[in-house]
Amino acid sequence: MEVYLDNNATTMVDPEVYKAMLPFFCEKYGNPNSLHKFGAGTHPKMVEALNYLYDGIHAADADDIIITANATESNNWVLKGVWIDRILNGNKNHIITSEVEHPSITATCKFLETQGVSVTYLAVNEEGTIDASSVESAIREDTALVSIMWANNETGKLFPVEEIGRICQSKDVLFHSDATQAIGKVVVDVQKVFADFISFSAHKFHGPKGVGGLYIKAGIELTPLLNGGEQMGGRRAGTVDVASMVGMGLAMKQATNTMALAYENNHVRKLRDKLENAILELPETIVIGGKENRTPNTTLISIRGVEGESMLWDLNQQRIGASTGSACASEDLEANPVMSAFGSDSELAHTGVRFSLSRFNTNEQIDFAIETIVNAVNRLRAISSSYAYTPKNHESQL
Amino acid sequence: MAKNDLISGSIWDEYSNQVVRRMDDPTHQGEITEEQAEELGGKLIVADFGAESCGDAVRLYWVVNEESNVILNSKFKSFGCGTAIASSDVMAELCVGKKVEEAVKITNIDVEFALRDEPDTPAVPPQKMHCSVMAYDVIKKAAATYMNVDMESFEQEVIVCECARVTLQTIQEVIKINDLSTVEQITDYTKAGAFCKSCIKPGGHEEKDLYLVDILADTRASMEEERMKNAADLSESDELTFDKMTMIQKLKQVESVLDVDVRPMLIMDGGNMEIIDIKENMPHYDLYIRYLGACSGCASGSTGTLYGIESILQQKIDENIRVLPI
Repeated sequence: MEVYLDNNATTMVDPEVYKAMLPFFCEKYGNPNSLHKFGAGTHPKMVEALNYLYDGIHAADADDIIITANATESNNWVLKGVWIDRILNGNKNHIITSEVEHPSITATCKFLETQGVSVTYLAVNEEGTIDASSVESAIREDTALVSIMWANNETGKLFPVEEIGRICQSKDVLFHSDATQAIGKVVVDVQKVFADFISFSAHKFHGPKGVGGLYIKAGIELTPLLNGGEQMGGRRAGTVDVASMVGMGLAMKQATNTMALAYENNHVRKLRDKLENAILELPETIVIGGKENRTPNTTLISIRGVEGESMLWDLNQQRIGASTGSACASEDLEANPVMSAFGSDSELAHTGVRFSLSRFNTNEQIDFAIETIVNAVNRLRAISSSYAYTPKNHESQL
Repeated sequence: MAKNDLISGSIWDEYSNQVVRRMDDPTHQGEITEEQAEELGGKLIVADFGAESCGDAVRLYWVVNEESNVILNSKFKSFGCGTAIASSDVMAELCVGKKVEEAVKITNIDVEFALRDEPDTPAVPPQKMHCSVMAYDVIKKAAATYMNVDMESFEQEVIVCECARVTLQTIQEVIKINDLSTVEQITDYTKAGAFCKSCIKPGGHEEKDLYLVDILADTRASMEEERMKNAADLSESDELTFDKMTMIQKLKQVESVLDVDVRPMLIMDGGNMEIIDIKENMPHYDLYIRYLGACSGCASGSTGTLYGIESILQQKIDENIRVLPI
């Protein structure tokens, strides 16, 4: 059996989505900007996709949803665009974000700092979320933008975007939220949160890779990142990847309609809870950030004495895919910044394993995963120095 | 960056079969109790290295015969990734049957080599080399405990890059002998910095006492200082050759030759010349000049006179001097 439990990294393309994309490779391959029927023939499905995208996040017709390459591009665009418009060509010089954003936010903020921009990185509290009040007190006269994610990729924790949006509106500061990990898991309503910008990425909700979007509220200027043709109303140059856009539209519809969200919140949540509770029956295991107020599909669990990458190894040997932000797996070899930011014991910084489910996981898969995980924990703890025998006269230095 | 660096995430694919086998089923994993040590007729030594908070920790158990110093049995416990566990396993195995003073000579490079399937194919990808270093450190710790000495006493040299075990002395020498000016060149010559990259500059996986960027800067500075000192020491003697001179000394030398052998002739014709710049364009020294007075605009300035000036300087100073009128 193969079990994919790494859906916060990417998801399987929904077979319906795949089918909807196929005609745009060899049949309807025209350039949407062309006047002839080859080009114009792509328009009906593109319009339909836009409708699904607007409905999916409750955007108004006057707003813009620009098709981008991914959420990384959308996030870069917002930060660099606001920098150009309000900092280089305005009187602002300050951006507020959190310590646990996606690297496309934090690395871009670090870059902006090298250009003289002042950035405040808000810490998360014990529950692994941001206090809206901390945003309010961080806002200054020269604050141009607040960028706080909707849901955290590692823990699934939901951030108080509605409150933050209201604060930003009352202080006349732009508000951006990276909703990449929220679409299809919880209701994302741009009207309700007074968001000026929302980023998302199709491959996190069973759409194709290489396509994403940026919602821009009506009337907001944002200097384009890509100059060139007049595509996307002049906001983003470059021929639109029609197949991907059509795929993303349908994926959005499949993930955000009332039935889908209900299924996520009921069925997927139950599977996640079953998996999580089974692991928590093992001694010395905890859910990082706690169980409250999370996306229904995610759990980040610390298993004492088991190094994250070795856990992934054992799971992979049994064809189960999960993930760890902790380190050995990546070249920079740093401990998971989210684990550190969430204030878990430094001893546990390398013990986090993230399981993220999707609507395509089954009960049988979760049963198999539980059995495999328990075996792996027992095996690795038997090898682990954390549980090793210490003779009477030896003072442990571990 | 190059083609091979563009698609990441294949770390596990680069593991040798040995690493995989030892991760899946480590043969020397386990613990040794005092009772078991006694049964074997030896002393139990327990050594710890690393920390869970750093992502790697290992405990090594040895049973040592106190008369022969032979390690009778060796087991480990490890918190770490696959490479850490496989390295610990082969390390524990390599210790068995060796005398303590022999075991302490086992390095992380021996451990990595023992994990290879083919002698010429590394057992782990570069960024995982570091995980085998701990296996080496814990042996030193165990030996130090047994011999009741300080762990540092086993390390005769200052190691800058632990993954490739490159010493400070080697790095300084290679910079000097080959006149290296970039960290990439140091890595090409010595392999230092080719693996976990921690020793290149601050901010990597591990904090270090010494970084290649600083060693390079310091060594280059001392080379420059040495060069100047040599030039100063030799300036009064005839041994100072043009190539060893500082720029000021070069300028002075050229000016003095010009004053004696060139300018008097130019002045006779109502002209003169000045030096604008000297550039080292190895192997040449390019001397940029400007003609003054009657010389500027004189047709011979780019032919006969020019060759004359150049010939005098080449004969009197250095044959690699070229004269270029502006």
